This record gives sequence, structure tokens and C-alpha cells, in this order.
Amino acid sequence: MPVEIDIAHVARLARLGLSEQELDHYRRQLGVILEHAARVQELEGEPSVDVTHPLGMVNAFREDLPGDSLDRDELLAQAPETRDGYFVAPPALEG
Amino acid sequence: MTWEAVIGIEVHVELSTESKMFCSCEVSFGAEPNTKVCPTCLGLPGALPVPNEKALDSIMAIGLALNCKVAPNSVFHRKNYFYADLPKNYQISQFDVPVCLDGYLDTTVDGETHRVGIERAHMEEDTGKSTHVGEGGRIHAASSTLLDFNRSGVPLVEIVSRPDIHSAAQARSYAQALRGVVAELGVSDARLEEGSIRFDANISIRPEGDDELGTKVEVKNMNSFRSLEQAVDYEIKRQIDLVESGGTVIQETRHWDEEAGVTHSMRTKEGSSDYRYFAEPDLVPMEMGREWVDRIAATLPELPEQRLERYRSAGLEDTLAAVLSGADSPLRGLYEDAVESGADARAAANWVTGEVTAWARRNETETQDLAISGSQLAGLLALIDDGKVSASAAKDVLDGVLLGEGDPAEVAESRDLIQISDSAAIDAVVDEVLQTNPDAVESLRNGEDKVLGFLVGQVMRATRGKADPQLVNATIRERVGSG
Ligand SMILES: [Zn+2]
Repeated sequence: MPVEIDIAHVARLARLGLSEQELDHYRRQLGVILEHAARVQELEGEPSVDVTHPLGMVNAFREDLPGDSLDRDELLAQAPETRDGYFVAPPALEG
Repeated sequence: MTWEAVIGIEVHVELSTESKMFCSCEVSFGAEPNTKVCPTCLGLPGALPVPNEKALDSIMAIGLALNCKVAPNSVFHRKNYFYADLPKNYQISQFDVPVCLDGYLDTTVDGETHRVGIERAHMEEDTGKSTHVGEGGRIHAASSTLLDFNRSGVPLVEIVSRPDIHSAAQARSYAQALRGVVAELGVSDARLEEGSIRFDANISIRPEGDDELGTKVEVKNMNSFRSLEQAVDYEIKRQIDLVESGGTVIQETRHWDEEAGVTHSMRTKEGSSDYRYFAEPDLVPMEMGREWVDRIAATLPELPEQRLERYRSAGLEDTLAAVLSGADSPLRGLYEDAVESGADARAAANWVTGEVTAWARRNETETQDLAISGSQLAGLLALIDDGKVSASAAKDVLDGVLLGEGDPAEVAESRDLIQISDSAAIDAVVDEVLQTNPDAVESLRNGEDKVLGFLVGQVMRATRGKADPQLVNATIRERVGSG
């Protein structure tokens, strides 16, 4: 059963600039994956394990105790651009 | 055509835990930028989140205070989107199984109780903070964005109301009531100006009587209750004008511009499915058992609306109950203690919200430093009731007590404020005044009642204000025989 995919929309959500050729290529690849998923969904009944959380574990928490943070100079040294202790990024909105 | 506004409010509450939601970085407002960060809250590869149990305690407290059900099981989801202040490119949030569901909050608008349904309250993490710099500092003309990740990963509770709000005034009242609850619980600083509590409004309009909802617009960036009210009011009018002039409301996010008093379009809102929520595989599910819920329920303080109800049933009229309920907790404590010591509730409430509050303001004293106990206030009220001090002299007695001069009776004595209510003493003064004012006595006999005030004044002057005016009045009438 073929699955309809708006590949351009998917690419936009992932912030990927793809050419027509690439869009076609990925549409076909993603289509195969989704067709497989659709086949799995046709199986009768509920899965016997929680597929998103298969560990069978609950309530793994930590106590509310503050600890050490990173050294700022070392941290900022990893960034392409910084100013006065801040990371610098391109403008958030165009227009 | 008459239009009805339909408004839902989303509230984000930053919790005042010691450490962040999923890492042990300190939660600290006003720290130097990027000094409270680690691989987890910076979204570095390989870092693993571990939830803060205290944050779960807090959201359960909020949910219970808002009459919500705590879900027996809950899970975290990833909400995927790109923004510079979100380094992982997803926010850990909740989707279809939030911690709290289906509650309500009662608020009072124009003396009427208005109930707003709460759809859900869920746990999530805050983003970093971006500052847009460039020409004029305006977001639309920004040339770059400065990022501080100290706030990234701070525990955040999002509370989503049902669209039960129909006016700007109701929106404001709901927001204020909600802030009151959160502040009372002590789970957040709940300061609007610092952004530790933030309100967004989803607004649509529809012809009155219609059941279907119109296209909703989300309005953000209101940092006071006043601007929330103005923004909602503006947006309702904008939509009505737009539709009446043949336009169509589009689903979008709009930014409230405080200075201009208008909303600006920000970006077309991505539909819910575009966030591609999926279960967070790095976190195991949560089970909020009966025991945990009961433990939190046992810690809940009395909430503003409950307090208001209690004051009303103690006999305080609505306005007085509301003023007292909104007073600082030391003042409320003073009221409670005075009533406990036998004071009349209305008299105690009137003195606490009136004279005591005024004294604190006049003397620039913090309410928690006021040097008066509940039993002292009750004692002062008893002095008035027993006719030992007049209502005006009682203010002097209060002043003395607050200045540490002793108990009310001692102050009344030492400041010479005890009312003369011994009738023999008053008789003597009245007789003397009547003898020296024969003309006035004659006039009073002839029915000129206005001279009575003059004669009472003379007696009050002779006793330096300490005579009981009621008693003086009665005595003069009796002596002159004009009663
Ligand atoms: Zn961290």
C-alpha cells in the first residue's frame, strides 16, 4: 500500500534545502520505510510490551540538589561566535 | 451582529526549585550569563536527563490546588522545533498523558463567581533566553541574537485553561487568581516582571449563540496584568473589525507591543502535528501512586478562594473579606490571632486593614515587624467596647502599643486616654458647664437642639476629650430636662 508523503513539507520541518532530484530520492526512500510501518500496524492485537518504554522501570528521579556547572570560558571557547559571555546566533526572525 | 470572544489562557510557571528539571545546574535568576549550564541543559550529544522529584511534587501541588486529577501514570514527550534558544532542537514536554488533568479555578469578577475549567497542567523544561540586538533593539530589525542558557532546563509547569473566558476583565481576573494560588503554594516566585510566570492568550471570536469556535490567534508578550487585559481587549476588537470589514482571521501568533498598544503578527503557527511529538526514550514512565498524591495533598496551604469563603462565613462583608484576603500574611495572622483571643471578626478585620495597615505605611514598617500581638489587638478592641477609650483615642493607644509602650490598658493609662465614664465625675463637670452657660441652657430648654453640641463640646474640653460623649449627652439632657 503506497503512502502519501509531502516530502517538501518534511524537508522544511527539518530545515533541509533539497533539490528536486533529492526530494524525489528521499520521497522514495521514506516511502519504503512508511510502507513497512503500515504493514506492522496491520497486525492484530496490542503489543505484549510497551514499545516506547521497554525497560519495565518507573520513577527514576533525582533529589533536588544543585551541583557544579561548566567553566564558562572553556564552554564559550567551543562556540563560533560569542560576546560578553553570551553565545551569538543569527537573527531569530527574518523580515 | 453581536460577537462573543472565546479565550483560553496558557500559563507557564517557572518553579523555584534549587536545581533544574533534568540536570543539577543551579536555578538562579540574575546569574552571569551561561554560568549555570552543563552538557544536559546545553543539549550536548550523549548527555542524559534525570527528572527532579521536587518539580513533580510541585506540579502535583499546583494540580491539586486547581482541583485537577493527578494521572496515575504519565510520560514525557519530545516536542520538536528549531529555535536558537532550544539547543537540543526539542523540548522535553508532555503530550497525551500530562501529570494533571481536568480541574477548575473560581475567580470573582464584578462580585460574581466565574469558574474557568483547567484542561491540563503538564511538566516541561524552559528554554534559554535570547536577546535580540541590532537596530533599535526591535525584534524585527535584529541583526543578531545573544543567547544565555542559564534558564534552559528550568522546570516549567504549563497550565492550559478551557476556552471559558469571554472578556479581557475575566482574563485578567483568572490570571491574577492563578498567580495567587501559585504564590500561596510557594512553588514559584511567580513574578510577572521577571518572567517567572507568563501568560499567553488564545483568542477567537464567533457570532453570539454559535457553538463552533472561530480561528484562534495566540497573543504573547504580556508582562503585567494590565497589559494582559489591554492585549486581550485590543485583539478582540482587531478580529471583530477585520471580520466586519470582510477579512478573515488567520491562525497565527501575535506579539503584544506594549508601547504602541497593538499586536503584531510574528509567524504562522506550525500545526500541532508539526511538532512531531514522540515519547522521550531517555526517560522512564512515572507512576503517581495514591501515597504520593496524599502526601502532597497533606501539604497544601489554605488557598485564596477558600480563605475568602472562610472570611465571608465569619461575617465579613465581601469587600472587607477581599481586602483582608489580599493582605500580607503577617496582617492576616494578626487578624486570626485577635479573633482567636476573642475579638469580634469584623472589628478585628477593620482595624487590621484600616488603622494597623495605615500605621505601617506611615511609619514605613514592614508588616512582619509590627510589634502587636493578636491578644493585644483584642485587648484594644475590648477597651473600646467597654467604653474605656473612645474610638479616636484608641488610635493613640494603638500607636503606643506599636511603639512598644506596653499592653493597650497600660498605654491608655500612661498616655492618659482612659475615658471618664464614671457618672459622678461627669455629673460634676456637666453641672459646672451648665452653670457657666445659662443662655445655652435656656435655648436648649426652648428646643434649640443645636446648642447641645456646644454644651457637649464644653464638657469634652473640660475633660480634655476623655469624657464618654454618649454619657455626657445623656447627662446634659437629663439635667436640663429636654430629653
Ligand atoms: Zn545543566
